[in-house]
Amino acid sequence: MQALLDVYKIRQDFPILNRCLTNGKKLVYLDNAATTQKPKQVIDAICKYYSEYNSNIHRAVYQIADEATEEYEKTRENIRKFINAKYSEEIIFTRNTTESLNLIAYSWGRNNIKKGDKILLTEYEHHSNIVPWQMLCNHQGAKINYIDIDYNGYLNIESFLNFLEDKGEYGETKLISLSHMSNVLGTIYPVKDIIKIAHEKDIPVVLDGAQSVPHLDTDVQDIDCDFLAFSAHKMLGPTGVGILYVKKEILECMPPFITGGDMIKEVHKEYTVFNDLPYRFEGGTPNIADVIGFNTAIEYLKDIGMGNVREHEKELVKYLYNSIKDIKDIKIYGPPDINNRGGLVSFNLDGIHPHDCATILNDFGVAIRSGHHCAQVLMEKLDIIASSRASVYIYNTKEEIDIFVDALNHVRRIFKV
Amino acid sequence: MSEDIYREMILDHYRNPRNKGKIEEPDVRIHDSNPLCGDEISIDLKVENDTIKDIKFDGRGCAISQASASMLTEMVSNKPLTTIKDITKNDILENIGLTTLGPARIKCALLSLKVLKIGMIKYYADKDPHSAEKLKEESKVF
Repeated sequence: MQALLDVYKIRQDFPILNRCLTNGKKLVYLDNAATTQKPKQVIDAICKYYSEYNSNIHRAVYQIADEATEEYEKTRENIRKFINAKYSEEIIFTRNTTESLNLIAYSWGRNNIKKGDKILLTEYEHHSNIVPWQMLCNHQGAKINYIDIDYNGYLNIESFLNFLEDKGEYGETKLISLSHMSNVLGTIYPVKDIIKIAHEKDIPVVLDGAQSVPHLDTDVQDIDCDFLAFSAHKMLGPTGVGILYVKKEILECMPPFITGGDMIKEVHKEYTVFNDLPYRFEGGTPNIADVIGFNTAIEYLKDIGMGNVREHEKELVKYLYNSIKDIKDIKIYGPPDINNRGGLVSFNLDGIHPHDCATILNDFGVAIRSGHHCAQVLMEKLDIIASSRASVYIYNTKEEIDIFVDALNHVRRIFKV
Repeated sequence: MSEDIYREMILDHYRNPRNKGKIEEPDVRIHDSNPLCGDEISIDLKVENDTIKDIKFDGRGCAISQASASMLTEMVSNKPLTTIKDITKNDILENIGLTTLGPARIKCALLSLKVLKIGMIKYYADKDPHSAEKLKEESKVF
């Protein structure tokens, strides 16, 4: 079978994958849902900015500042193309997905959510897509409802429709915010259908794309979401760069969130005239170096092709799923159908806490995540306190999965189960 | 490496925890969790003449957090309540035989001590807020 992407060639680009750990083991990095590794091209781009044209953007008139501004804005335009947004001013740089969601909650939320309104979330949301809405609702006197999920991690559509109809003691649902892909279950949700139904009732939809944009081809005009939040560091880019996409007609009506330098046109003693979109939402000196580094990450992913990224992950996760599903007393969460699952598998071994499991895997150089994954509402639903999670990306191989599975069997031997 | 951590003693306390459960009408009940990994420990104390007459812990979490709590209850049972303030991080690590834990897992080992120290302070705070303040300074709650 024709390889979808040349994983061994790709691995050459990632210096960290050659690293030996203190016990002499090679790093087997399977925590890509937390953050991905960076290719040397991205590291070099950041280094180049600092070595050759480090300067502040948007203001100064000399050559290197022009170069920096140009590279920074080039990233914005490239992101626009990458998610197929209509206008580049719909792309706002933040620090991370969490800040992007907070920007919506503070700026759009406080001006549109009124006392008695309802916001609809799901039971599988990451804390970053729960807490900002709780703060907003506490401030405005509004209420949150959570769409049910079933034990395979699928959304209960009936519950969704009921919440939309429910007028109850509270008013109507005024906003829906949900993740495209669960960071614990791996489920890819039919967000396009959900958004279509929401729009029939004129309800705007926020999409948390932290787990989906790095792995799936994303077209905001096709999905028709009103807001999309995601992070650079989960898709080969540096930490400290978040992205918020907002439909222009909505963005035009939103007041600034972080205020101060760079987001203004004029400041007087009594009043301020805000800058144009998108600069109105980027107060203060931004993370210039890392935004520029992110552009290289996008180029890297575009060269591979997001379709190939998805196919590679599907093949790996199928192999991973099938390799561990018959281990005695293992419980795997999320959908059994690989077509509905992104590149991760969460599981528990009966009688062994995930932290103990991850600590022992570390002896084999295997890095996986253990804990509640910032999804305690989901943990409650699943009636567990934590789980272990292995997540793959473009540079992972079947050989690495084999090492992981061997290590998992060793965990069981140590715990004598 | 992990074989050193998951020795028989830890696994034994994890599977057969000592003093596990709740005390009916305790003098103090304190609960805390480790936000990083979600380990939970609550400790109930029955105090007579400033001595720990009964101690029970309840909780869920990894082998290290639960075994450490179990061993801590054995360590302080029937001791004067104020001895808790002098127990150090190293006392706990030596007690459970894990002196080389990394920065992430060390929090698992020390959660029960943190809960116990807060419990002691709370017990005295209910009686005499002033002395509790002094105790709080002395007991170095991390």
